[in-house]
Amino acid sequence: MAHDEVKHDYHLVNPSPWPLFGSMGMIVLALGAVTYMKGLFGMPEGTWWLLAVGFASIIWVMVGWWREVIKEGRQGDHTPVVQIGLRYGMILFIASEVMFFVAWFWSFFEFAIFHGARVGETFDVSNPIYQEGLSRFAEWPPAGVEVFDPFHLPLMNTLVLLLSGTTVTAAHHALQHDNRKTAILMLFITIVLGVSFTGLQVLEYTHAGFTYDGTLYGSAFFMATGFHGAHVVIGTIFLIVCLIRLMSGGMSAKKHLGFEFAAWYWHFVDVVWLFLFAFVYVIPYLVMGH
Amino acid sequence: MAMDQVSTAHDDHAHDHKPGFFTRWFLSTNHKDIGTLYLVFALVAGIVGYTLSGLIRLELAQPGIGPLTGLMEFFGYSGDQAIEHAKHFYNVVITYHGLIMIFFMVMPALIGGFGNWFVPLMIGAPDMAFPRMNNISFWLTVAAFIMACISMLIPGTGQFLGFGGGWVLYPPLSSATGHPGPSMDLLILSLHTAGIASILGAINFIVTILNMRAPGMTLHKMPLFAWSVLVTAVLLLLALPVLAGALTMLLTDRNFGSQFFDPSGGGDPIMFQHLFWFFGHPEVYIMILPAFGIISHIVSTFSKKPVFGYLGMAYAMVSIGAIGFIVWAHHMYTVGMPSDMKAYFVAATMVIAVPTGIKIFSWIATMWGGSIDFEVPMVWAIGFIFLFTVGGVTGVVLANAGIDHALHDTYYVVAHFHYVLSLGAVFGLFAGWYYWFEKMFGVKYNKAIGYAHFWTMFIGSNLLFFPQHFLGLNGMPRRYIDYADGFTTWHFWSSIGYAVTMVATAIFFIGLIEAAIRRRKGAANPWGEGATTLEWTLPSPPPFHQFNELPEVKPDSHH
Repeated sequence: MAHDEVKHDYHLVNPSPWPLFGSMGMIVLALGAVTYMKGLFGMPEGTWWLLAVGFASIIWVMVGWWREVIKEGRQGDHTPVVQIGLRYGMILFIASEVMFFVAWFWSFFEFAIFHGARVGETFDVSNPIYQEGLSRFAEWPPAGVEVFDPFHLPLMNTLVLLLSGTTVTAAHHALQHDNRKTAILMLFITIVLGVSFTGLQVLEYTHAGFTYDGTLYGSAFFMATGFHGAHVVIGTIFLIVCLIRLMSGGMSAKKHLGFEFAAWYWHFVDVVWLFLFAFVYVIPYLVMGH
Repeated sequence: MAMDQVSTAHDDHAHDHKPGFFTRWFLSTNHKDIGTLYLVFALVAGIVGYTLSGLIRLELAQPGIGPLTGLMEFFGYSGDQAIEHAKHFYNVVITYHGLIMIFFMVMPALIGGFGNWFVPLMIGAPDMAFPRMNNISFWLTVAAFIMACISMLIPGTGQFLGFGGGWVLYPPLSSATGHPGPSMDLLILSLHTAGIASILGAINFIVTILNMRAPGMTLHKMPLFAWSVLVTAVLLLLALPVLAGALTMLLTDRNFGSQFFDPSGGGDPIMFQHLFWFFGHPEVYIMILPAFGIISHIVSTFSKKPVFGYLGMAYAMVSIGAIGFIVWAHHMYTVGMPSDMKAYFVAATMVIAVPTGIKIFSWIATMWGGSIDFEVPMVWAIGFIFLFTVGGVTGVVLANAGIDHALHDTYYVVAHFHYVLSLGAVFGLFAGWYYWFEKMFGVKYNKAIGYAHFWTMFIGSNLLFFPQHFLGLNGMPRRYIDYADGFTTWHFWSSIGYAVTMVATAIFFIGLIEAAIRRRKGAANPWGEGATTLEWTLPSPPPFHQFNELPEVKPDSHH
C-alpha cells in the first residue's frame, strides 16, 4: 500500500537484544557487588567472580550496542533530523552528569561552610564526651589534615587537562577541514595528556596526607576527585574509540558525531576539574593560612 | 548473531508486519509495545505494593500487635520471637509499600506507560527519538524491581530480613549502624538502577518532544499531556542524579569507611536528608504532573471545549516544576534548622499553591458552560480534581513550619500525601486508563463496570484516608505497628475503607477481563467532537508504525 511507505527521516530502530541483555547484566552486577561487599546466598564476603561476570556482561552489551549504532550511522540512518536528536540527547546526558557532581560539591561545601552549625554550636566541644571525637571537626579542613599544596602537582594536572582541551579542539578543527593526519595526531596527543592526567592523579593519591576511610575530609576529597577521575578514564576511552575509528577510515569532515560527543564530554570533565581545583584544592589550602 | 537476522527486516515498516512474540515483547523498539509493557509491569508491581498496604491496614485494624504476629507464627517463630519479627516485618512492609508504589507503580504507569503510548501519538511522531534506549529504560525498571524484591528477602539487620527504615532511607537507620546486612546495599543498587532507567527515559522524552513534533506544531500548540511529560522529564533528569550521589555516599559509608553521614567522624546525617529531598520533592511533582496533563485532556474532551487558559496551564506546570526544586527542606522542618531558613521554605512552598490553583480553576473554567458528558474517564477526572484539592489544601496547612512541628510524622501527613498521590496520581492514572483504553487495545470496556469501579474506589479510598486526618491531628504517629486504644475507631474505619478498595480493585480486573472476553470492536474516536488531539485521528488500536506520512498541524488549529 502506497501510504505505508515511510515518508519521514526519523530512525525507526530494529528490535534489539541489547537492552534485555544489559538489564540482566545489571542484576548480576548488583548481586555481584552485594556479594563482594557483604556475602550473599552462602557465598562469603569478598567473592569477586559474580561481580566480574556482571561487569563483563555490561561491557559486552556496551560494545555490542555501540557497534550497532556505528553501523547504523554508516548505513545512513542518522539523517540530519536524527543527528539533531542525538545532539540533544548527549547534551541532556551531560546535564544529568553535572547534577551528579552537584551532589559531591554539595557535601563538600556543607562540610566546609556549616561545620560550625554541626559541631561548635550544636555540641559543646569542651564537653569531654564530644571533645575527642568532634572538636577537630570544628574547623575546615579538620584539624590534623595535611592538604595538598595545590600549586605543585595539582596545578600541573590542571595545565595538562586544559592543554588536552585545546588539542582536542585542534583535532576537531583539523577533522572539519578533512585534514585527517593532523586530526589523528592531535587526538593522539589529547589521549596521551588524558592518560598523563590519570597517572599524575594516581601519583598524587599515593602522597595524600589523609586517608579515604575514617576521615571526613578524605571521604569528601576522594569521592569528588575520584568520580572526576573515573570520568576522565571514561572520556579517555571514548577518545580512544574515536582515534581507532579515525585511523580505520571512519568519520568524515561533515559527519563525526561520535567525535563531537567525545569532545563535549572531555570539555565537561575539564570544567568539573576547574571547579574541583578551585574549591577542593586551592581554597582549603589558602584558608589554612599558607 | 541475532543482529543479522533482524537487519534483514530493516525495511519492514508496514504495520501488518509485526515481529514474532519474543522479538515483539522482549526486544521491542516500538513505543506502543513498550508502553503496554510498562502498563503490565505497573499492574504487577501495583498488586505487590497494594498487598503490602493491605498488611498495614490488617495490622492496624485493631490495637495491639496481632495479625502480623500470627503471620510470623505461621513462618515458624513463636512467643517474643514472633512479636519481634512482626515488628520488623511491619517496618519492612511500610518501607517497600512506599518504594514500590512510587518507583515501580506510579512512575512506570504514568510516564513509562501513558507517556510512551501517547506522547509520540499526540505530537505526530512515528516513534520515540531513541527506540532502543526506550527498551532498556523498561527492562532496567524490571531489573530494579527484581532487586528490590530480593532485598526484602535477605538479611537486613541481625536475624531480621529486609530493610525497615522507611522509604526515605535516612541514616543512621540505613547506615551500617541501623541495617548492616546486605538488604540495604541491594536496595541502594536497585534504586540506582531505577534511577538510570528513569534518566534514560527522561532524555528520550525530552528529545522526542523537542525534535519530533509534527510540522506546524509549535511548543505553544503542543497538547498539555506532552507538556506535562516534558516538565516531568526535566525534573527527572535534574533530580535523580542528586539522589544517585546521596545513595553512593550511603553505599560507601556502609562498605568502604567514608564518613559522609557519620557524626562520629564529623559527617552529617542531616545532609542526607537535604540531598534526598532535593530529589524527593521534585519526585512528588514527577508523579503528579503527568496526571495533570491527562486530566486536562479529559476535562476538555468531555466538556467539548478547548482547555481554559491553555498557555497558563502549560506554564503553570513549568513553574510548578521550577519552584519544586527550591522547597525541599519543608520535609525537614523538625531537624533543627534556623527560623530564617524555615521562613524561606514556608514562603517558597506556599508559592506553589499559585500555579496549582491556576490549574484547578482552569479545569473548572473549562467545564463551566460546557455541555458535559459524564463518561467514565470524566467522572474519574472530576474525582481527581476534588480529591487532589483536598490533598492540596492539607499541603498548604503542612507548609507552615509552626503547624508542621505538631503534625510532622503523624497520620495527618500520611493522609495528605495519600490524597495527592493515592487519590490524585492514581485517580489520574485510572482516568487515563478509561480515556485511552479503547485507543490502546482496540476494544470497548463495559461502562457500567467502569462507573462501579469509580464509585467503590471513590468511597473506599476516602473512607480509607479521610479518618487519617483525624488520627494525625490527635497525635497518631506514622510508621507505628501499635497505637493507644483511643485511636481505635478511626483506624478501624480506615481499614474498612481498604476492604472497600479491594472490592474496587476486583471490579477493575473484572472490567479488564470482561473487555478481553467480549472484544467489542473499538472506534477510532469514541468521544466525538471534544477529542481533538492527534491520537484520535488514528484507528484503534493504532498501526504498528503510525504517521509514516507526518501529519500537518494547521496554523489556526487549536491544541
